[in-house]
Amino acid sequence: MKNFFKFIIFFVIFSFFSFNSIAAEQSHKLLEPGWSFKGFFGKFDRAQLQRGYQVYTEVCAACHSMKYLSYRNLSQPGGPEFSEQQAKIIASQFEITDGPNSDGEMFTRPGRLSDKFVGPYTNEQAATAANGGAYPPDMSVLVKARKGGADYIYSVLMGYEDPPSGITLDDGVYYNKYMPGNKIKMSQPLMPGAVEYIDGTETSEEQMAKDVVAFLAWAAEPHLEARHKIGFRAIIYLFIITVLVYFSMKKLWSRIESKV
Amino acid sequence: MSDHEYTPKSKLGKWFNDRLPLLTLSNHLQEYPTPKNLNYWWTFGGILTFCLITQIVTGLILAMHYVASADLAFGSVEHIMRDVNYGWLMRYVHANGASMFFLAVYIHIFRSLYYGSYKSPREVIWIIGMIIYFLMMATAFMGYVLPWGQMSFWGATVITNLFSAIPFVGESVTNWLWGGYAVDNPTLTRFYSLHYLFPFLIFGLVILHIWALHVPGNNNPIGIDIKKPSKDTVPFHPYIVIKDLFALLIFLIVFAFFVFYSPNILGHADNYIEANPLVTPAHIVPEWYLLPFYAILRSIPDKLFGVIAMFAAIFVLVILPWLDTSKVRSAIFRPLYKQFYWFLVADVLILGYVGAMPAEGLYLLVARVATAYYFLHFLVILPVLGAKEKTLDIPLSLTEPILGGSPNEAMVKKNKEI
Repeated sequence: MKNFFKFIIFFVIFSFFSFNSIAAEQSHKLLEPGWSFKGFFGKFDRAQLQRGYQVYTEVCAACHSMKYLSYRNLSQPGGPEFSEQQAKIIASQFEITDGPNSDGEMFTRPGRLSDKFVGPYTNEQAATAANGGAYPPDMSVLVKARKGGADYIYSVLMGYEDPPSGITLDDGVYYNKYMPGNKIKMSQPLMPGAVEYIDGTETSEEQMAKDVVAFLAWAAEPHLEARHKIGFRAIIYLFIITVLVYFSMKKLWSRIESKV
Repeated sequence: MSDHEYTPKSKLGKWFNDRLPLLTLSNHLQEYPTPKNLNYWWTFGGILTFCLITQIVTGLILAMHYVASADLAFGSVEHIMRDVNYGWLMRYVHANGASMFFLAVYIHIFRSLYYGSYKSPREVIWIIGMIIYFLMMATAFMGYVLPWGQMSFWGATVITNLFSAIPFVGESVTNWLWGGYAVDNPTLTRFYSLHYLFPFLIFGLVILHIWALHVPGNNNPIGIDIKKPSKDTVPFHPYIVIKDLFALLIFLIVFAFFVFYSPNILGHADNYIEANPLVTPAHIVPEWYLLPFYAILRSIPDKLFGVIAMFAAIFVLVILPWLDTSKVRSAIFRPLYKQFYWFLVADVLILGYVGAMPAEGLYLLVARVATAYYFLHFLVILPVLGAKEKTLDIPLSLTEPILGGSPNEAMVKKNKEI
């Protein structure tokens, strides 16, 4: 048993080490507003995801694409869970270029559930040109693509400040406390009252930032709830089997004058 | 192999076994006499076999949905994560499985180093193991390229560029590897092909590794030769099977925590950004399990010698059975070697740490000292220890130290006094 504990300790030290080597430098400590989807039983808040989608589509989507999501995802379990009817209506508000038809012509039609999210620009170059030379990144996996994840995105949204004296910014460049290098080409996207929530939630900057980041976190990890649920069951199951196997092993080895 | 001849009971079994002795093999595997004092560090062989099979099975499924194309690879991985039923589970098991595989292989290697399992008559097991380890690193590296994220692309660029250090033919070799003048679609497709092939090479080598193990039999914590079968051994089935299973289940719990609760903690965030040859990430770092070698590579100011040092770091391991001249296997009876063993463990962990840090200032200095110590350990300390070290008395059989618990130094000493 002594050896057994030794190897558990070894595991812990090792995991800690790999943790540490990854967590490198960070200038400002990120804001941590607390997320409903963290932890062992973490789940998304449906109402929050629906509000977040509203902020995304009314504010962010003006510049940012989200090309790996489909409109049907909006009604899937574990997400914002709009009803299928609502998702259909949302999809139909977008215009999709389809074709060619039997005459060889491209045509436009209203969006369907199976369509991917329509982006604001036709290509990356157009997006870059329209945004002062800075490409607004696709938001599908943005939360996973930044160190600090949801906390980082939230911090950047909340991190707009007047530049400290001595720092002069070019036109179209803004000062952000949490952005690496403190310079960002996106102007402060969320102003109080930028959207009007249907459920009457107050549209303060914090509220909107939290909602949209929760939505982005879901977009990056749409099966997070299933993962947490299956994971919990899997670990309980493994634990029970381990205990059973442990006692079987003890019993078997009791025939031998040696210890396990 | 086993001492007595095995004859199947049934007539059909006998008929078949005379033509293909699979039943003899199965009987051998069950009765294989195993030292009864093996501790939990010995369970990682079984765990590693499990890891390999897990990687192959999840990899097969991923390969059904993945598209090896510079334009489509990133999107196809997202397709697996979003649209394929349990695709997220397969991918996270595969990605974290690689890390768990390396965690287990490092424990397995360091166990061998501690108990002298690489020494005569087990040199061939060790060398096959080192080839497996080398292939594992190659496979993991190529696998990391497949999602075609920023770290995939730039990691591939840095590592393949190492070959350009070869004098005279370096550039041609690199272009040949790339299939062009930069890392691009041809590189991705050939990496995919090789990433699919190598696990099966590893699988074949694992069979040889186990075969070679079953000729002399297992080493054990005391490191003495034992009579097989005898009172010092137990049949592999059921005693070792159930113990390996228990250890595997503990390992699986740790594995499950990574997969279900922090599946991306061991990866790099930049790999969720699609590869872009025009934007270089601030720090290009390989996966954690390659960091010690990366640190050695970067600690040498000259590119060619850096590459040589990196490969030499693996090569000294291959020739280790002849560098360690001590006749005593287990570190339990080698008081000095035991100290140096832990220095080496610390040294490798330090190398891993500085490998993740930018190669400048203090980090670079530490990396250089640690690299020098790494080679010093194998090339100077081990041969000298073999000649100079005063080892403790070794018990004649396992029954001596094993009475009353796991073998430890204090017990052995007490026995000596008696």
